[in-house]
This record gives sequence, structure tokens and C-alpha cells, in this order.
Amino acid sequence: MSAKAFKQPPALRTFSSAFVIIWLIVAAFPFLWTLWGSFKIELDFFSKADWRSALTGARTILEHGSSFTGDGYQGAWVQEEFWKAVLNTAIVCFFTVAISLTFGTLGGYALSRSTYRYTFWLLIIALIFRAMPPITLVAGYLLPFFEWNLWGILPTTIIVLVAINQPFTLWMLHSFFQKIPKELDESAKVDGCTQFQAFRHVIIPVMWPGVITTGLFSFLLAYNDFAVTSMLLSKENQTMVPKIASFLGTTQTEGNVMFAVAAVVSATAPLFILVMFFQRQIVSGLTQGAVKG
Amino acid sequence: MFLKKLVVASAMTLMAGEALADCEISGRVNVVGNEFPAIQTVGIGAKECTGGKVSTNLTADHQKINVAGMTGNPAEYTSAIVANSSIVALINEDVIRPLDDLVAKYGQGLKKNQLITIDGKVMAVAFMANAQHLVYRADILEQAGVKPPSTYEEMLAAAKTIKEKGLMEHPVGGAYMAGWNLAQEFNNMYIGMGGEFFEPGTAKVAINNDAGVAALEMMKALSGYMNPDFLTHDSNATNAEFRAGNVALMNMWGSRAATLPDADGVDPAVKEHMAIAGPMTVGGGKIPATTLWWDGWTVAKNISDEDAAATFKALTYAIRPEILNDTTSPQAVWLINGYQPTPAAQGVFDAANAGSVPYPMLPYQGLLHSALGAELSDFMQGKEDASTALADVEAAYTTAAKEKGYLQ
Amino acid sequence: MKHKTFFWFILPTATAMLLFIALPIVSVVTQSLFTPHEQILKTVENCTPFNCTESTVVDLDATEQQRAEQPLGRWAGLSIYLDRGHLATAVIADAWTTRTSIGDFVDRLGNLPFYRAMSFTLTYTFVVTPLLIVLGFAIAVAVNSLHRHLKGLVIFFSLLPMIVSPLIGSLVLFWMIDSRGVLGTGLQWLFSNPDLSLKASTELTWIMLIVYGVWHSAPFAFVVFYAGLQTLPQDTMESAMIDGATRWQQTKYVVIPHLMPLVTFVALIQLMDNFRVFEPIVGFNAEAHATSLSWFIFNDLGGETRLLSSASASSVLTIIGVAILLSPVLVRTWRDFKAKG
Repeated sequence: MSAKAFKQPPALRTFSSAFVIIWLIVAAFPFLWTLWGSFKIELDFFSKADWRSALTGARTILEHGSSFTGDGYQGAWVQEEFWKAVLNTAIVCFFTVAISLTFGTLGGYALSRSTYRYTFWLLIIALIFRAMPPITLVAGYLLPFFEWNLWGILPTTIIVLVAINQPFTLWMLHSFFQKIPKELDESAKVDGCTQFQAFRHVIIPVMWPGVITTGLFSFLLAYNDFAVTSMLLSKENQTMVPKIASFLGTTQTEGNVMFAVAAVVSATAPLFILVMFFQRQIVSGLTQGAVKG
Repeated sequence: MFLKKLVVASAMTLMAGEALADCEISGRVNVVGNEFPAIQTVGIGAKECTGGKVSTNLTADHQKINVAGMTGNPAEYTSAIVANSSIVALINEDVIRPLDDLVAKYGQGLKKNQLITIDGKVMAVAFMANAQHLVYRADILEQAGVKPPSTYEEMLAAAKTIKEKGLMEHPVGGAYMAGWNLAQEFNNMYIGMGGEFFEPGTAKVAINNDAGVAALEMMKALSGYMNPDFLTHDSNATNAEFRAGNVALMNMWGSRAATLPDADGVDPAVKEHMAIAGPMTVGGGKIPATTLWWDGWTVAKNISDEDAAATFKALTYAIRPEILNDTTSPQAVWLINGYQPTPAAQGVFDAANAGSVPYPMLPYQGLLHSALGAELSDFMQGKEDASTALADVEAAYTTAAKEKGYLQ
Repeated sequence: MKHKTFFWFILPTATAMLLFIALPIVSVVTQSLFTPHEQILKTVENCTPFNCTESTVVDLDATEQQRAEQPLGRWAGLSIYLDRGHLATAVIADAWTTRTSIGDFVDRLGNLPFYRAMSFTLTYTFVVTPLLIVLGFAIAVAVNSLHRHLKGLVIFFSLLPMIVSPLIGSLVLFWMIDSRGVLGTGLQWLFSNPDLSLKASTELTWIMLIVYGVWHSAPFAFVVFYAGLQTLPQDTMESAMIDGATRWQQTKYVVIPHLMPLVTFVALIQLMDNFRVFEPIVGFNAEAHATSLSWFIFNDLGGETRLLSSASASSVLTIIGVAILLSPVLVRTWRDFKAKG
């Protein structure tokens, strides 16, 4: 970035900084509020009596003698064994991302290098596939999965998430590979490599930024999914999001909202670390034109 | 004195029961059901059995998976824990088996009224009951100078007094969230008004009548004293309002009464003055405006007789009288021999004694429930009149019932 | 690339999609064309812990026989698509012939679940999509001009609304906008109206859902545009400067055209996602005011009695709706594809 081209006059600079600050408040405020509230008791967090009690923790003081309590965390992590859900989420996310990217790079590369008309139609079909609401798909899986004894276990969920995620992955990686000059692998082929060897020795070393960006989106899908994981996993294999939903209770039964709040905060923490760790790759991945349509 | 003896005696049997743990099964047991504490207790009880593999999957989504999980052969689940509304789906799909043989062989400890019979065949064994009934704030009612209401008309009058005296802004609470909850409140009120949902012996709906309109008008009148967000309040949100001291009168599930004053930070006034009473009547009717519910277990059809026997034995063992103790007794209104009602269970008992009717076990009741939940919110918001709303419900129900083949 | 090589490269992804998306779609389409058999009812005596009553049940033996003869059910053709729960053609025809005025006809149309859901879904889609693109672009430009040490932190916080599950994100906001929550109270103070409740009126609920939609999806547009800005051709920018172009002219003639393909991509994905709006409706308990096709499916599958044919028909209608919505973008992609050769 040339500094000169983007040197801003002071007025614009102030305006743009103010805009960023406002946006940050809008984006982060609900979570900071949740983080603060997660150390209160339910009636304070809900502030059914007065919104200020969520700040001061009036009833938390009455109940616990201090305006902070770790009860929500203790309940979620120790009593309800939230750590199991964290472990399951880690497994599901790792394998979903790994398999999605393997399938997606192979397919996306092929789509970007073939000039036949069917590649276009394949991409369009993939897009139509993406239009299908996941909850209908899941309802269709139930019967066969139960019949073949595949229901409730992590591998089934992983492969379903991979499949549902393929259309998006294909589109992203296809456009990314189109930005990698064709001459690179063509010349490798002239040197006597097969297509796969060209892919392996020439393309793989330069594809990482795009793959990492696509991986981030795959990761978010697996991490946040509710429709698939809540229907296809048995109780002991549940991942974080359905587990949190189960803390909320149902019509005839008491939920434990503060467990859910503490768990929501706990579920966001690893994402913070992840984004801080990968932010350069995420941005540089996108920079290399991963998403040009 | 007698009570003390009884407690000692049951404590002895409990210890004896634990020492023996005489539940020896030979077969596979896998139970799917909801996740509330009473069902967890049953799940833990079944897992004490030895000799076979016992597993449970207790989750709020049980209703979405139980039919699929019992359809295969052999079925994944050997038992589903259901209520009177949800057993219908299992019967319609023909995935649960009659239990008469098993009851004769292994079910000596069960009471006659625990056996749910359909067409003369035992299809489920109930272990707990539930109903919606009045929960109120004795102190607020006293300050307002009104008696606890026994009819919805009195409830309206009491709410009016409380509001006029400035004691509370929104004295009435109710789980009126659009969808299942709102439909359930209509069912209560319509039954209280003496209405019949269907033409007898057919699936033809008949709610667009005077009773239906009166039921809706009553709900509308009540909503005038509720928090304006009432269409988004389920029973959890309504309870939270009550705990915060914003609500003086509400129709609430009996299963929630025991824990209502328990949570952290409940207003001391609420803790001290919360009281429960039986369900109210409405419109001069005799039948209370509420429904009775049971929860019970079933045994899958598509499993071997050996697994079925194991499942039956394990679950019978899980609801033996000895499971009742200080922790488990307040979890529900148990239908088990030797259950001593806790004070919180009084409302459900009153409901049963006052001649309340059970939630109908009709194959197409669920379709009507969904149609009510979707179409009544327009009326509650004042966007259309009662009879248009009921006509919409009937149209929506008829469409669904035709699709499912109940109507031609 | 040779057909054969292409085949081996595409095989894993194609198999996964075929098994877990294409096959279910085929079964969904089939399901939407068939309905369950006519149920034969009989009256029996049922006993519960409370009493014994006469009640109606399905005659399973008779039904079983029908099921064995025709396992798919009754052929229903397009009747599910045309019934009151979906396109409601008969009701509309009737409303049109017996209308008293156009307003009356529109009212009656709005009383039908499908058209009511469509009016919300389309409003939502066409308001949220452009807004989030504009907001995402603005954030990207502003963040791009920040000092590089600040960028990492700002990017993380900007991503927060997107990376938290919609179910939970909407729940958190739902708690806050309650009339006694912090945002609800703030709004009451702002408009000096102590009775203001976002959840009690249809218009305010729509606005709330739209604001949520923009908040949730703007980070996606932001990330994509931010990356696009990194690849701005510097020489073009500089020559534009030398030619004396103002900052606004640079943005309009250089930056925006450069980002255009990305705008297409974001619009494509977001139009599709917004048309299928679902989680916020559940998270905000907003079904009294706003519904969508995806919510219909959820409702049909979640009741005590599941309506599989109806849910399948709604799913097929969703796909058709998305296809219509995306057709302009697809035509454009086709032209690009042909141009590339």
C-alpha cells in the first residue's frame, strides 16, 4: 500500500476513526455485555427489575456477597461437563476443515483448469445444492442413518458437514485457483509431470493463503452449526452449540440460563485466540484473490 | 407419628433396595426421552440394572428422533419416554408394542392407573403427572383485598384491582408465546368453556363456535394485564417475570412450581408469599380450564422379545417405590406407589380432583395444535377478529389433515 | 484438462455432494409429490391415569395393508404445492373473484401463511443485502486506513458478529432489547416513550430483525472487501492522483470497479442466505410477526405430528425461489465464463 496515495486529510481521518470506533462498539458491545453479565446471577443478567442491576449485580450481592460469581462457569464446566462438548467440537472442526479442504482443493483446482462447458454447470449445480435448507436435508438423513447404525456418532456428522460445506468451498477455491497463472502448471506438464504431479509440486506450495481463508469459513460453519449437530448427535457426543441450547430449558422444564451464558462466553474465547493467531493469514489469503467471482 | 414411621420404613426399604439392586436383565436397553430431572432419575434407575447393556439418550430434541430411531429393525431405541401428546406419533407409525404380556409377567409392582391402555391394550406405563394451575402472590392479593381467584373472571377482576391500586403494572403472567404455548392456552380455555375440538368420531374440526370466540375473548382480556411482549414469553420467561416480582397471578405448569422460588436471587417477597392453588374455571363451566398430562415409557415393536423384556424390567425397576427420596420426590408429581405429595404438587392434585380432562390423545390433535399456534397470534395482536382467526385455524388444520389423510 | 483427469480430481467432492445433497434432494422432491395414505379411523376406549374415555385412533391393520401396497403413499401431484399452506391458488382465485377492492384482496393475500412469509422474506432480503454490502465496504475502507498495529485487534472485533453462532448471537441481542434490557431501556429513553417495546409490534420486530441481519452479515462483506482493497492496482491509483482526481473520484472510478467482482460474490452468497432467514426468527421468538420458508419447514418438522410432504414442498419452493433470485447473477457469471473461454 502506497502511503502517499492514501494519505488522508485530517478531517477525513477523524471521521474515519470515529466511524471505526462506532462500528467496534456496535460489533463488540453485546459480547462485552455478555462477558460482564456471565459473572452475575440470572435475575441480574436478565434485569427484569431494572436494567442497571445487570451492571451493578444488585441481586448477585444479596445472594453471593460479591457482585461477581463464577457459578455459571462452575455449573457449565463441572456440573454439566461442558468440556466434553468442547472436545467434541474440536474433533468435529478439525476433521471437517481437513476433509473439506482436501476435497475442495482437488475439485476446485480441476474446475479452474478445465475449459469444458460442464465445469460451469457443475458450479451452478453446486450453488443450487447450497440453496437447500440444511434442516430438510437432515430430516431426510435420520431414517437411513438409524437403520445403518450410523446415527449419533461424530464421523457421520463430520462427513455431513463436509458435504454441506462443499459448494461454498468449491466456489471459493475455484476462484482462487483461477488467479494462479495457468502457465505455472502448464510448464510443469511440459517438463513431463502428470497433472497430479503438477498440482502437487507446483500448485500446493503457492495455494496456502487461499486455502487458509477457505478453511476459516469451513471452520466457522462446523463450529457454529446447529441444525446438523443437534439432530445427528446423541447426547454424549454433543458439540458446544446444541449443548448450549440444551441449557436453555423447554416448555415444561427449568433451564439454566446462566450456564448457557457462561458457555457462550467460553465458546467465543477459542475463536478470539484463533483469529488473533491467523489474522495475517486470513487477510493475506483473501488478498491473493481467493474470492474473485 | 405415623408419618415418621413411614419415612423410616421407606428409608429402610431404600437401603435394602440399594443393597440388593436386584435387577438382572439379559438384553439390550436404550432409552430416548426428554431431559428434565424426573426423567434423568428414571434413566439413572434403569442404568443400575446388570447383565445387559443399558444406555440412554435424554435430550430436548427427543421428539424429532424417536420415530426414526424406532423404525428400523432392530430399532436403535428399545424404549421412548413420551407424554400423552407425543405417544400419538409413535402409535400412528406403529413402532411401539402392546405391553400386556410383559405387565402380567414382570409388572406386579405397577398400579392399575399407571397403565395407559388404548383399545384395551396397554401401550405405555406412566410414572408422573403434570397440569397447569394457578400460581399467585398471597401478599399482593391481600394488599389488593382480593381472594385467590377460582375463575378466570375473578382473575380479571383481581388484576384490575391490583393495577388500579398501583401495586403492579402487569399483574398477570402467562406463557402466551406464539406457537405451541399460545395454542396450549387456547386449548385450556376452550375446554374450560365446554368446547369440543372435533365432531365426534371424525377428524372434522369444529372450534369456530361461541365457545371458541369466548375463549379467545377471555385470552385477549387477560393479555391486557400482561407484559406487552407476551407473544414472546414462553414458560421460562413467564417464570422469570414472576421471580422478579413483576407478576401476581399466572397459570403455570405444576412441574415448575417446586423450583419456582428456588433460583438464585429471587425476590424475598416472592419466595415468602408465593402460593399455589388448583386450576381456574371459566365462563361458568364446571371443568377447569386446564389439561392433565402424564409422562410414561413405551417399548419398541421392532426389537427381539428378549430386548423388550429387558427394557420392561429395567424401566419397571427404575420407577419402583424405592427411588423416591428427598431429592427425587419434589422433581415431579409421581404416579408411583408410596409417593407422598410435596406441597408444590398440590396444584396438580387439585387439578385432577376437580375433574380436569387429559390432553386429548387423538391422532390429529397435534395438527390442530400447530394450526392454532400459527394462526392465533393475529387475533392476539388485534389484527383480526376472533371468528376470522378461528376460521383461519380451521382452514390451516383442514389443509394439514388432508395431507396426512385424516380428511378427504 | 482431460476428462479422465478431471474426473479423478472431482470425484471426492462430487461423491460427497451426490450422497448427502443430491440424493436427499431427489427424495425430497418425491416426498413433496406423495402424501400419506388415507387414515382409517376407529373409535375405542382409552384409559389414562386420570380416566377412561371414548377416543379415536388410527386402525393400524387397515393402514398397514395400504402401506404395503403403495409404500410411497398416495400420488398427490402438485396439490401440496397449491394448498393453503403454500401457493394457495384456490383461495387466491376465490379472493380475487369476491374482492370488494384491491385493498381487500391484498389483505386477504396477507392472511395466507405463504404470502405473509414471502412479504417478510423479500423485504428482509432486499433491505439487508444492500445495507450490509454498503456497511461492509465502509468498514473495509475505514479499517484499511488504520495504523497496521491496530488492524489485528480491529479485525477480530469486527468479525465477532459473524463468528458467533446466529442462534446465540440473536439470543444475546434478544435479552438486551427486552423492554427492561439495556438496549430496550436506552431506546425508551431516546424516544422518551416508556411503553416502547420492540417485541410487541410487527413493524418494530421487522426493523429489529433487519438490523440484526445487517449486524450479523456485515463482517463477511467487510473481510472480503478488505482483502480486495489490498490488491488495488497502485499504478492506476497514482495516475489517477496525478490527473488530479479527488478522493471521491478515485473511489468511484478506481476502487469500486476493482471491487465489483467481489460485490457480485458477496451479493450471491448473501441473497441466498438472507432468503433462507431462519435462526433470528427463532432466536427472537418473532414468529408472531415474521416467518419465512425455512421457518415453515422447521414448524412442519417440529410439531407433534410431522408434515413431511408439506416440509418437502416448502424446501423445493425455497430452491426455486433462490434460483429466481440469483438468475441475474448467474447470467452474468455465464457471460464471464464464456468470455474467459
